[in-house]
Amino acid sequence: MNVLIGLPAYNEAPVITSVIKKIKKQGFDNILVIDECSTDNTKQEAPQTGAKVIRHVVNRGAGAATATLLSYALEQNYDYVIVMDSDGQHDPKDINKLLQQKQHNVVIGYRDFKGMPIQRTIANTVGNLVTWFFFGKLVKDSQSGFKMFDRVAMQNIHITFDRYEFCSQIIGQIRKHNLTLAQVPIKVIYTDHSLSKGQNILNGFKMIMRLLLRWNR
Amino acid sequence: MEPISYIVTFVGIILLVYTFFQFKRYDMTIPEYMFWNMAWLGLIVISLFPELTSPLAKLLGIGRGVDIIIYLSIIVLFYMVFKLYYKIIKIEQDITKLVRELSKK
Repeated sequence: MNVLIGLPAYNEAPVITSVIKKIKKQGFDNILVIDECSTDNTKQEAPQTGAKVIRHVVNRGAGAATATLLSYALEQNYDYVIVMDSDGQHDPKDINKLLQQKQHNVVIGYRDFKGMPIQRTIANTVGNLVTWFFFGKLVKDSQSGFKMFDRVAMQNIHITFDRYEFCSQIIGQIRKHNLTLAQVPIKVIYTDHSLSKGQNILNGFKMIMRLLLRWNR
Repeated sequence: MEPISYIVTFVGIILLVYTFFQFKRYDMTIPEYMFWNMAWLGLIVISLFPELTSPLAKLLGIGRGVDIIIYLSIIVLFYMVFKLYYKIIKIEQDITKLVRELSKK
């Protein structure tokens, strides 16, 4: 079983090496960092722990980075690609939870909304409703960055949104291509660094506008 | 003739000349060039003979001839914004594809 762990990263130099080390401690050595044209030392820090780095010469967004990961995993003949946040929010011990559901095309690690800061709870709940509205599928955590894709999913899911609305688009693609989906609970680790990342309310509005204008493309 | 007619006519002539130089300098096709020429000539004719729009205004139930020009202009502008928006999206997607291919090399 050939598994690639993918880490889209933008300015994660403070935490990227510790995140990679924790993943390696779980026994996963195939790690690819997609450096989204970081302005800090992410590109220099990541390879020190043995991870491969691919750098986007221009910042294109989390959606673009995830699409590059899927494309790379498909070309390099990986059986599964697991995409995680590179800000330390996800616990690498949960990787095996996702792999236990490998008979499904897509596995989403869902977070407990009750344990989140209130603005994140609201944003993620709205994210689920928006995803359901535009793409007709209600999932527990549509905006989760912890997902696993098998080769069938890698071949069928085409991400065309560069920014955060790609999360909703993936759910739509799962429905469109009749891919099987499993959802497993995961742990969330909130630090000052991870809380400074992710979506805010303004981004949420922009995301909805972009989906309104392009959801069917 | 009202002062605004002189101004619009003058602007129309400037635009005809400008479009000619754009046609010579850039990759503008002849149909595109003819389209813009028709647009600017139409502008000049209507500014010189505004009463020409009155029959059409009456037919459409609009009060004044110049109002037709405004309504049509808004429709055309919305259409152009719509086309430009999706053109930009296509360009953004192409940039992302290029960035992806470059990153793998």
